[in-house]
Amino acid sequence: MKVRYLLNILGKLCLGLLLSLAVNANEPTSMQRVPIPDPPKALENFSTEQPCVEPIDIIRRNHGSLLKHRRNDTMYRGVRTTQYSLAACINCHVTPDAITGNYPSISQDSEHFCRSCHSYVAVTIDCFQCHASKPDTSVNVINSINILDTSRASQ
Amino acid sequence: MNEEISPTPNRRDFLKTTAIVAGITVAPGVLLYGVSQAKSPDDQTITAKKRWGMLIDTNKCVQGCNECVNACITEHGISENVRPDITSQWIRKVGLRDKQTGKEYSLPLFCQHCEHPPCVDVCPTGASFKRVDGIVLVDKHICIGCRYCMMACPYKARSFVHETLKNQKPHSPRGKGTVEACTFCVHRIDKGQSPACVAACQKSGHKAMLFGDIKDPNSEISKKLSHVSSTALRPDMRLNPGIRYQGL
Repeated sequence: MKVRYLLNILGKLCLGLLLSLAVNANEPTSMQRVPIPDPPKALENFSTEQPCVEPIDIIRRNHGSLLKHRRNDTMYRGVRTTQYSLAACINCHVTPDAITGNYPSISQDSEHFCRSCHSYVAVTIDCFQCHASKPDTSVNVINSINILDTSRASQ
Repeated sequence: MNEEISPTPNRRDFLKTTAIVAGITVAPGVLLYGVSQAKSPDDQTITAKKRWGMLIDTNKCVQGCNECVNACITEHGISENVRPDITSQWIRKVGLRDKQTGKEYSLPLFCQHCEHPPCVDVCPTGASFKRVDGIVLVDKHICIGCRYCMMACPYKARSFVHETLKNQKPHSPRGKGTVEACTFCVHRIDKGQSPACVAACQKSGHKAMLFGDIKDPNSEISKKLSHVSSTALRPDMRLNPGIRYQGL
């Protein structure tokens, strides 16, 4: 009686093992996984030697700190060069759709340069709650009419 | 007694040579650094040798004219339509009337960019700050939206963003949950241009707003301030605003 009971249990365990193997076989293949992001090409290369403002591996790892360091330089010290500026990144990397001509939306379209990677790694970016997520296409109405007599350029 | 010739260089010669070599090595670097720094106004850091200010001639400011306000709205994209009654006002036109004489004044009122700003004093996070060239700003990266600064400001110059915003201008980031005010068009000043309201006032032909460096005795604004009578708003509070009014 006891032996039969044990055999029964063993049988069920084997069945469970087989079933779990079957489930494993159903695991999504690489085709069904979340696709590796393929962000759109930038408008232009930074220089003939390197495509972006820093070598690609440094940009990929450190773009957050570069932007943050630069943001404080701009905010408190008035430095407005384009090398690490968020606006310059956006101007070069966010490109209009080839067919519709519209810029991708940061909140919906996975083609948006920043969103493509950030949604893949599940990291939320708050930058674009305030900052523009696409280049400014509107023509500025108020042109620079009077350049200051004491402009910093003349120093 | 014959002078003894030392086989090794003495201390004085050694120091001289070292200084010359060091000079030759370092000088081109310093020169090049200077040249690279002078390349464009964008990469120059701001300096406390300047203080940006404005003189507003209330006699030239036309009643009913809203050019400066509209220019500000266009420049910074302040056009949220969800709740128009609580839309940000970075600059507003204010009308005054002398009860004794009936004389009416019209003047633009905005952040006065005080030397001793109360908004900076009360800010619990340090988000409200004064740049060394006198421009008072909010660092929205660290603003928690508590609105103490709005209560502290005697000019009611600051606004709070209540709604989620879209399509902000690249040069003027604005967002829900932060306090904002006139930035003196800091992005334009850093490029050597005058604020949008001043440019619009010039363009309209009224020329009521004069902008410049009030620490530079040779600037147009300093020269004018030295010979016309002007006043700060609420001078009793001794905040020494960067904006002064003529003809009040």
